[in-house]
Amino acid sequence: MSYRYDIRLSGSGGQGLILMGIILAEAIGIYDGKCVAQTQSYGPEARGGSSKAEVVVSNAEIDYPKALKLDLLLAMNQKSCDDYYMDLKPDGILIVDSTFVKQLPTQRAYQIPFTRIAREKLKREMVANIVALGAISKLAPIVSSKAIEAAVLARVPKGTEKLNRDALKAGVMAAKKVKKVSFPSAPAEFEDEDT
Amino acid sequence: MNLRKKVRKKELLLQGNEAAVEGALRAGCSFFAGYPITPATEISEILSVRLPQLDGTFIQMEDEIASLGAVIGASLAGAKAMTATSGPGFSLMQENLGFAIIAEVPCVIVNAMRGGPSTGLPTMPSQSDVMQARWGTHGDHPIIALCPSTIRECYDLTIKAFNYSEKYRIPVVLLIDEVVAHMREKITIYEDEEVEIFNRVKPTVPPEWYIPFEDTPKGVPAMANFGDGYRYHVTGLTHDIRGFPTSRPDEIDPFIRRLFRKVSQNFSDVQIGESYETDDADITIIAYGCVARSARRAAADGRENGLKVGVLKMNTIWPFMRSQVEKVLRTSKVVIVPEMNMGQISREVKRVNKGDTKIFTINKVDGTIITPQEILNRIKEVC
Repeated sequence: MSYRYDIRLSGSGGQGLILMGIILAEAIGIYDGKCVAQTQSYGPEARGGSSKAEVVVSNAEIDYPKALKLDLLLAMNQKSCDDYYMDLKPDGILIVDSTFVKQLPTQRAYQIPFTRIAREKLKREMVANIVALGAISKLAPIVSSKAIEAAVLARVPKGTEKLNRDALKAGVMAAKKVKKVSFPSAPAEFEDEDT
Repeated sequence: MNLRKKVRKKELLLQGNEAAVEGALRAGCSFFAGYPITPATEISEILSVRLPQLDGTFIQMEDEIASLGAVIGASLAGAKAMTATSGPGFSLMQENLGFAIIAEVPCVIVNAMRGGPSTGLPTMPSQSDVMQARWGTHGDHPIIALCPSTIRECYDLTIKAFNYSEKYRIPVVLLIDEVVAHMREKITIYEDEEVEIFNRVKPTVPPEWYIPFEDTPKGVPAMANFGDGYRYHVTGLTHDIRGFPTSRPDEIDPFIRRLFRKVSQNFSDVQIGESYETDDADITIIAYGCVARSARRAAADGRENGLKVGVLKMNTIWPFMRSQVEKVLRTSKVVIVPEMNMGQISREVKRVNKGDTKIFTINKVDGTIITPQEILNRIKEVC
């Protein structure tokens, strides 16, 4: 039986979301050996505007390449969290950058201040996306941290390997410490039966 | 032959544009001239690095008119040449596209389709250049246009585009929509895989016997490289078999007819399509590019709901694959044509519909891809 796991990484232009999408797709597709399709949508601006990258994972050939119902949503700003929260499956995982996302649509969200960690611990705000990738590898069952590390190191510019490895580690550490989120025990289909 | 040859396999996560570059280089492309434009820029960007490494030539020209001009010149000199652009640049290329058709110069033009008209939607997808590829340049002419929907097809169809252009001495347009151009998927490339590569037929006669635009059973004259000692005249004017302008009706007519014949007698070679469960389908979706992927999803979901849905995916857009479309029009009760334009291919489907098959369209022009649910909704609405 084939499955689909739909991921959306969203935020504003310049936060490195498309690079995140590429790295995540490469980790899952090349290093973990599954089928992936990675797409993106962004505006004409280099910074600002909204930006998103999507990764669809399956064990079979992927037909529709964009995300349908989300299994994992990363929101790196408030607007993307508001816009895309409704696309999340009932048991989908929501991860937010709590540096920017202050109003949560649900209590069942992992809140990690990716940008603040990047700025304060690593002194480089631009690695916030890599910190988030570290957290994803810990919180989502879809990718191994080994694969993520290999994919990150293969894609980042020469000379920044240490910084990026530290960023990944900081993400994993933050994810370990984050408040656990519990999901409703009844499956979605069961709840629907009465309605 | 060495039977224990090591299979060199590359597993890559590539974008549509990157796969088109790999395909072009595999096909033997050694010349690129272009002007960067979203969403085709990656092709120029990568070839500007790769071509010089392979002793090829990369030129960034002053605009798209000059780009195709340079490509035509390179091809006449013997190189397999390509350019890449998007709608606005493709508009500028139309004049030289006609020149390449009448002078029978093989070349490949990638058009990564974004929303139009004019500068339109630079970063958003559409399929609105389908008719432009067919009739954008003036005059009665044949054209070959291919449209990939997966990354693998970007690679394979680019190779095919070069093969067709060399085989039939005609410019080939590769219409990649923005979704496919920028999408990344895993692709496995075997470096010593047997790939059919076609190179233009060169004259076997001595230079003084060479007739550059001579009719042949295939309709494709042998093509000498400029600089190889075969002197001949190349012009955009309608010409005789020696390449010189003519106004004699008895020379014009066979020339124009030969241009058409060299494609029309090879429809079976150039018209590539794929059918998915169309044999028992009551409802067939005819789609191309990224929308073909939504169509396949919609068909699978429809089958789960007891609807007999099939998909005919068009890899070749032009020449229009009439016989394959007619076949599904005969066997299906309803045909759905979803497109990200106001109905450019659906008009062709309606044109060839001889029977009572109902044809319904889905036209989405908001800069986003047609979703499987939208196709399914349309099916439920009309059935």
